[in-house]
Amino acid sequence: MANLKDLRNRITSVQSTQKITKAMKMVAASKLRRAQEAAEAARPYAERMENVLASLASSMVGQVGGPKLLAGTGRQDIQLIVVATSERGLCGGFNTNIVKGARKKISSLIAEGKDVKIVTIGKKGAASLKRDYGSRIIKHFDMSHVKRLAYGDAGPITDYLLSSYEAGEFDVCTLFYAKFQSALTQIVTAQQMIPASFDEENVVDLGGAAYDYEPDETEILEALLPRNLGVQIFRSLLENAASEQGSRMTAMDSATRNAGDMIDALRTTYNRTRQAVITNELIEIISGAEAL
Amino acid sequence: MAEKLHFELVSPEKLLMSTDVDMVVVPGVEGDFGVLINHAPVVSTLRTGILEVHNGDEPQQLLVRGGFAEVNPEGLTVLAEEAMPLSDVDREALEAELKNANEDVADAKDEKQLAEANKVRDRLVEILGVLDLAA
Repeated sequence: MANLKDLRNRITSVQSTQKITKAMKMVAASKLRRAQEAAEAARPYAERMENVLASLASSMVGQVGGPKLLAGTGRQDIQLIVVATSERGLCGGFNTNIVKGARKKISSLIAEGKDVKIVTIGKKGAASLKRDYGSRIIKHFDMSHVKRLAYGDAGPITDYLLSSYEAGEFDVCTLFYAKFQSALTQIVTAQQMIPASFDEENVVDLGGAAYDYEPDETEILEALLPRNLGVQIFRSLLENAASEQGSRMTAMDSATRNAGDMIDALRTTYNRTRQAVITNELIEIISGAEAL
Repeated sequence: MAEKLHFELVSPEKLLMSTDVDMVVVPGVEGDFGVLINHAPVVSTLRTGILEVHNGDEPQQLLVRGGFAEVNPEGLTVLAEEAMPLSDVDREALEAELKNANEDVADAKDEKQLAEANKVRDRLVEILGVLDLAA
């Protein structure tokens, strides 16, 4: 039978764990609200940008010699996978899910005989991908200094992707991140960044009129595509941040609940043991008195 | 004027403005252009400059940098990487930043740092240039 003192210690330790998880849950909840607001505030820009690019791109269809960021390099041999994860753990299945999604894609690409390169954002994903694909990771972006994500934080990533694309280091770039749907659901999303792909339905109906372009179409496209890449990266980082907090909140909520259940169970055992000890002592005293 | 132009100013971080106005003067790369209601569809990239929003008497002036403007039948959308009211621009702070940036350029140890510092400096020089013109 467990010793009373041990039980008491375990109860205290579970209680303090519960305090921590509860606090983390509250912190995550308030951070989530901010992250969600930021993600929602960024949506109009990214959407408008996509609309304009979609209409531009649709008018470029069939033309030879469009910008490389839109048309691609004509090959698909070298695939770059960008995996965006969080810097901190204790956020449920958030990082695991993203990495799982990326891993699946990577192994299927390798099976197809493609050359796969990996860029990681956030140390959690980097740590778990390093084991299997260490040699394939060509770059890691540390985001731990970022407290509140600003547009400028996406800059270095964008610059890196653009310059290595220019240098012909990869043909196709896919970004893995978790799209925020609600605090309970985050969807792991693979988005093809380069060459850019657009939904045809986003094209705004001009009612028969055509856009005037200043300067001409090609120049605008050339200016906008890199910018769009930055915006898309920024947006997915924001989505990721919101997802991370949402996921952490849910995880910490269930951890708090589990801790509560555990405390109840321990307390029952503790009380039973205590009673058993008292009964035992009484029996000893009574039988001692009888023996006299 | 009965009908008004729907105008939206968006930065990557948030929607800054979404109102109905009389006219907006946009600093396009190939020159400023005014947009009134029922303007023909246009897509133009922006240069660093002053965007003027006319609604009522006093035009509101905003400093915008990078991005583009789109006019479609629904209205005008300006996507700017940076945008702030001209009255909020602190000239002295910018000049101090420029001084720092110049020092960074001078202190840069390798090419990467130099490129970075130059980028920061160019941005400030551009903004200050616009301010000089406006003054």
